[in-house]
Amino acid sequence: MIEVHNINKSFGDLQVLHDISTTFEKGKVNLIIGQSGQGKSVLAKCMVGLHEVDSGNVIYEGRDFTAMNRNQRSQIRQQIGMLFQGAALFDSLNVEENVGFPLSMFSNKSSLEIKKRVDFCLERVNLSGKNSLLPSECSGGMQKRIGIARAISMNPKYLFCDEPNSGLDPKTAILIDGLIQDITKEYDMTTVVITHDMNSVIEIGENVIFIYDGKKWWQGDKKSIITTDNPEISNFVYASEFMKEIRQNIQNTRS
Amino acid sequence: MLKILFAIPAKWRILWRRIVSELEIIGISSLFIVGLMSLFMGGVIALNTAYQLTTPLLPDYTVGYITQQSTFLEFSPTVMSLILAGKVGSNIASEIGTMRVTEQIDALEIMGVNSLNYLVLPKIIAAMLFFPILIICSMVLSLIGGWLALQVSGLINTEVYVLGIRSFFDPFHIAYALIKSVCFAFLIVSVSSYYGYYVRGGSLDVGKASTQAIVTSSVVILMANFILTKLLLF
Repeated sequence: MIEVHNINKSFGDLQVLHDISTTFEKGKVNLIIGQSGQGKSVLAKCMVGLHEVDSGNVIYEGRDFTAMNRNQRSQIRQQIGMLFQGAALFDSLNVEENVGFPLSMFSNKSSLEIKKRVDFCLERVNLSGKNSLLPSECSGGMQKRIGIARAISMNPKYLFCDEPNSGLDPKTAILIDGLIQDITKEYDMTTVVITHDMNSVIEIGENVIFIYDGKKWWQGDKKSIITTDNPEISNFVYASEFMKEIRQNIQNTRS
Repeated sequence: MLKILFAIPAKWRILWRRIVSELEIIGISSLFIVGLMSLFMGGVIALNTAYQLTTPLLPDYTVGYITQQSTFLEFSPTVMSLILAGKVGSNIASEIGTMRVTEQIDALEIMGVNSLNYLVLPKIIAAMLFFPILIICSMVLSLIGGWLALQVSGLINTEVYVLGIRSFFDPFHIAYALIKSVCFAFLIVSVSSYYGYYVRGGSLDVGKASTQAIVTSSVVILMANFILTKLLLF
């Protein structure tokens, strides 16, 4: 479980996050949603220490991450897997080396054991046999799956996914969502997904946090987000004409 | 920043592997350009010196002596470092800068890797190890270039040229050149890495950072050259 307490973050005069407090539950896919520029990614980056918070705390299983020094944070970070928006695979390394990178850095496994683990992770994301490809030879969807394989290679306790579906076709996006959900259950991880994709919310949103104007505006699950009367959320969820029609149908059915 | 950069690496084996890889990228891949430049520059130094020395009061071997002095004291350590600042510096700044804007450095940090230590330290060590080798190659090839130019022009024969090179030879000049090359290696890699590591934005900014890295490295090399010359020779 990850808790954030009263997080504030500014860049110069611009305050991006205002007093955000929430809990990300273990064994669940926790979604941070909101429009672009509302502070979702900044919140996630504050949680993993890529941005320093101005005030507030991030607590990993009772351990205050914000109060830790670089070495202590490094210990926590070895339990974090992160899938970046652009996958952030290392260009100069092939798929096998990318997935095995955290293991070669932090474990005492032999190269044979690392190879076995890499093969297992690649099989888990349906990329068996792609070990020798370079990232530049892989499609966007493949790169995302390699990113997931790398993120889970160390058996992390926490998985962060920054817009895992951006730039993917709907079918591949659903595949990635399913993969994230399955892995979360399988390893009993605390998963945090940053997205503005409503399909992902409907597919995997067990605990959804809506960020608006740098504040936590709403929290609930995928069912309650459809029925909430909160105007900001409704504007976000029912942004398209098609979704507005669906809302109208829901309201007609209710009445 | 320096404390983080020079921290004890997570695994010595990985540091060693990275150093070997950087030796190839920074050092071995620079051999051709250094060799080519040195041959031609040595030839030009020798020809220019021969052209200037028309007085019968100076012996012919002065051409060899001046070629040797110019090569050892300034051309090989300083001019070659300026050329390497362009080649190696832009390569480092763009490599690290691209890693920054594509979040690869963030990925390293999230994994708990000390990204500065992992990315920059092997480059610094590799450059400081290989630059002196490049400079020695440059010295030898520059003198050969001078000899070739004089032979082709038929200005001075080999015996006189070699006599000039050996005249008043001071081994400290070799040490002086190597000390300078090690210092310049550190400056080129650290300045270029700095610009790459702290780049913000996109590919356009990586290009700007790369240019800035070359300009700053060159200026810093010239300033350091003045200070080192003053400290080591006077």
